[in-house]
Amino acid sequence: MSGERVAVVGVGQTVHRTARKDVSMAGLVREAAQEALDDAGMTWSDIDAVVLGKAPDMFEGVAMPELYLADALGAVGKPMIRVHTAGSVGGSTAIVAAKLISAGVHERVLTVAYEKQSESNATWGLSVPMPFAAPLVAGAGGFFAPLIRAYMYRSGAPRYIGHLVAVKDRLAALRNPKAHLHIPDIDLKMVEESFLLWDPLRYLDVCPSSDGAMAMVLGSEKVADAAPGPVAWIHGMAMRSEPTMFARRDQVSPQAGKDCAKDVYAQAGVTDPRKDFDTAEVYVPFSWYEPMWLENLGFCAEGDGWKLTESGATGPDGDIPWNMSGGVLSSNPIGASGMVRFGEAAQQVRERAGDYQVELKTGRALGQAYGGGSQFFSMWVVGNKKPA
Amino acid sequence: MRDVAVVSYVCSTTAREAVHNETEMIVPVLHEVVEKSGIPSKEIGFVCSGSLDYLQGGPFAFVAGLDAVGAWPPVRESHVEMDAAWALYEAWVAIQTGEVDSALIYGFGKSSPGDLHEIMALQLDPYYVLPQWPSMVDMAALQACAFLEANGATEKDLAEVAARSQRNARTNPNAVRKGDLTADEVLKQPVTHRPLRDADIFPITDGSAAVVLAAGDLARKVSKRPAWIRGIEHRIEAHSLGVRDLTHSESTRAAGVAAGVANGKVDIAELHAQFSHEELILAEALGLDASNTAINPSGGALAANAIMSAGLARIGEVAQRITNGDADRGVAHATSGPCLQQNMVVVLEGE
Amino acid sequence: MTDVFTAHHVIEYPGGYTRSVGPVIGRFLTGLRDGRIFAVRLADGRVLVPPTEYDPSTSAAVAPDGDHWVEVGPRGTVQSFTWVAKPRPGKHTLDRPFAFALIRPDGADTAMLHVVDCGSADAIRVGSRVAPQWRAERTGSITDIESWLPLGDGEEPAPAPLHVPAEDEQPVTGITVPIRLDYVLTAGVATTRYLKGLGEGKIIGGRAPSSDDVYAASRGTDPKSGEPTSIEVEVRDTGVITTFCVVNVPGLSELAPEIPYVSAQILLDGANNCFFGLIRGCAVEDVHMGQRVKAKWADELLPDHTSIRWFEPSGEPDADYELYKDYL
Repeated sequence: MSGERVAVVGVGQTVHRTARKDVSMAGLVREAAQEALDDAGMTWSDIDAVVLGKAPDMFEGVAMPELYLADALGAVGKPMIRVHTAGSVGGSTAIVAAKLISAGVHERVLTVAYEKQSESNATWGLSVPMPFAAPLVAGAGGFFAPLIRAYMYRSGAPRYIGHLVAVKDRLAALRNPKAHLHIPDIDLKMVEESFLLWDPLRYLDVCPSSDGAMAMVLGSEKVADAAPGPVAWIHGMAMRSEPTMFARRDQVSPQAGKDCAKDVYAQAGVTDPRKDFDTAEVYVPFSWYEPMWLENLGFCAEGDGWKLTESGATGPDGDIPWNMSGGVLSSNPIGASGMVRFGEAAQQVRERAGDYQVELKTGRALGQAYGGGSQFFSMWVVGNKKPA
Repeated sequence: MRDVAVVSYVCSTTAREAVHNETEMIVPVLHEVVEKSGIPSKEIGFVCSGSLDYLQGGPFAFVAGLDAVGAWPPVRESHVEMDAAWALYEAWVAIQTGEVDSALIYGFGKSSPGDLHEIMALQLDPYYVLPQWPSMVDMAALQACAFLEANGATEKDLAEVAARSQRNARTNPNAVRKGDLTADEVLKQPVTHRPLRDADIFPITDGSAAVVLAAGDLARKVSKRPAWIRGIEHRIEAHSLGVRDLTHSESTRAAGVAAGVANGKVDIAELHAQFSHEELILAEALGLDASNTAINPSGGALAANAIMSAGLARIGEVAQRITNGDADRGVAHATSGPCLQQNMVVVLEGE
Repeated sequence: MTDVFTAHHVIEYPGGYTRSVGPVIGRFLTGLRDGRIFAVRLADGRVLVPPTEYDPSTSAAVAPDGDHWVEVGPRGTVQSFTWVAKPRPGKHTLDRPFAFALIRPDGADTAMLHVVDCGSADAIRVGSRVAPQWRAERTGSITDIESWLPLGDGEEPAPAPLHVPAEDEQPVTGITVPIRLDYVLTAGVATTRYLKGLGEGKIIGGRAPSSDDVYAASRGTDPKSGEPTSIEVEVRDTGVITTFCVVNVPGLSELAPEIPYVSAQILLDGANNCFFGLIRGCAVEDVHMGQRVKAKWADELLPDHTSIRWFEPSGEPDADYELYKDYL
């Protein structure tokens, strides 16, 4: 990682729900931000800058919400930026915030990502029909389901693999009080019998639509050394983008994802992700994306992702648990989900993940977010030891 | 801190881009700015853009911009839903980390397809203000009224700013509005949004701007006279008009102090004043005096104001004049939000 | 070529945005419903109206209960104003010219933005005294005050009509805000070229001079290089299904057929990118990767997406996986 050392010194998160009718937009972000500040042992006046991230403004019908939220986020009189990189935005927002510190510009940065999509409707927001564009007759899942089919063909994966992930992540969510979906009696049968949406994706293979916010306080080395609680050091961070469509594009395992992983692993000195990480929080909004990202992120050889999933290796008793927070499959406030991944990875290495804490051996975890037509990637590696 | 400079700048604006869509509109601008930079496209380390979905009427509008960049092999890339001046800030930070040595920044948007003045109302307090739909110009007019009342400035002072903008713009190929206007002629125009007249209000503009930044020796290698960024700071104020002092721009003042505006002579200043009274407020906030500093030699935003790139263009206009040897040190300002709620100040200097 | 296609486009979330307001904004709006204007005294002693949830100077949370809540007004003073000569139908409260103003209610230290219905721009100035004109039917919205009216010397403000609470009425927790924006968008050169081609029964693609890759329905550039696809190339209306899904979600679009139906990625002959299309003309279970298909054109060809109704099996032998494996 370039520049000065950076650590996560505070993490906060709202309870994610279908609709947070108890709060306004400001109330929602504040809930996460206040928790992060309390965790960091800081007050609003300690913060140097605020970096806000969220997905399209159409979801809430507020353009450039950082302008309205400046007061709520203690940004008055300070620098404030709002990042928007589609679904990966929660991750890239954290990275922009971290760079302010690694560049030596600031020492304490508050970063927040949110979505209050119940104010409209996520399906509507994602598929506003635009003139001249080909009509979206298949919906959002209709873009990803064909890619899943292609993955199944290439890898020979059996049809039930996705359902295993759907069960695993929702069982994990039962131990996360902040998660949106708590389905106590979820099992393979329930998923298999749920409504078929886009073959092979069934209703329970797909993420919910959630309102929620995530926040972190990032600090410089000096700030981290003086932090009241455990910190998560950033060992590497990277972003990569590629165009939505181009000749011979591999949409199933995009090059931008591979390049991003390669970069972040090189920064962190990771050579064998499966061994070098204790856990990973990876953006899996459709169950099949677990095996697909296992391959794209180099946790196994190409074509073997489904075998890794099937073996239970990514489950709570496995050697590389994935998404023990419940993941995107259990909570998906679109603009926040990327930061939830980054923040949950930090919580794991800080041993602050409560009932879904994994056993730490290497003390390192990966956070990954993606967005657009699988074209925007942001990733970070965090660890509980200072990087070399 | 690393030395970072603007090594090329291109701007292309028009009253109404009726033929090309946004991607087609920015393609020539991006190609030209990269070519002018002297840095091969595939060697530019980072790409960052600024745009607003609501200008294009659909979500993820910025993704179309990527098709003009040639993002293959995959690139380090980011985007802010803000004026591209803030994309430049993000890129400057990325270079400061040492991760990259150069960056391509672009902003784009068409204001003509929708009702821009109404669209910008969506920035406003969602509970107390938006339901009443004050337009962008109504909001500015409220500030103009407060300013004239408190400051003792007159409509003639505003007219002088408006007229000077159009006269300066005569040499700006990107100006949408230019001419030999006098303050008296402005005063003869009807008041459309009391106290503002047409000439006091920016023209609706479509277009884009792009800048390439480079660090240290790379900048010296590719540019005959890099425009070094000596200070870059931004601050935001409280949102509600009713709690702010509308007659002064405190955030501009604070950003200007932090950026070191007063550390030297200011030959030129490009201020992102979308309304004539804003130029007076901003000049005061930055301690600028028209007798020592050429203010808005390009004509400023009253000559062309492509939303989401006009702030970046202010930085480019100062940089270009430094590189050309027309100035040694200058200040660029960019704004976001209603009535100068958020402001950025950049100090640039040639060696 | 300057005759590009344009279209009217509307963004409007049906029914309006349903915004939950939280307890602080809720208390203020409940006050409006009751015909009263409430403010909050902040830590520095300033009386803030309308109350925001967080102190603008310190960011401290404003508690929804407590004796820092004070009633202000009803009279107020104009701090600043402008004149709206052409009200926007369906958006502005009033359909006659009016003033927007920053009004400081008596007892408050800050101003609130609202409407003054004073007839002409000459009838209002900074310092004018005004009083709220309350709607008879109030719901808990900033527009429960329909407008403010000039108040003459010694004149008493008209009291708010009594609000008769509905049975079981609760404090205000939310508002609904309709938002509609209209645009005229242009398709641009490349897309117009493509749509015109559809009107002639052709699928037009483009190629950048420095590449061999042809993009069917190109949006104007070769995305790998950012170079314009200035060379027009017609691609065939036959091709291969590279991958697809069976859609079982009803009602995704007015144009969607009855479920289940197949949405596929199709590599058209002559193109180097995939085209999205519906597949019909065979049982859903018979659709497969590698299947060769041809476009089913509409009887009436128009320069829009209706010209290709769907793709159907062409009966040719399946394409070898090697030919389309890079197009998944």
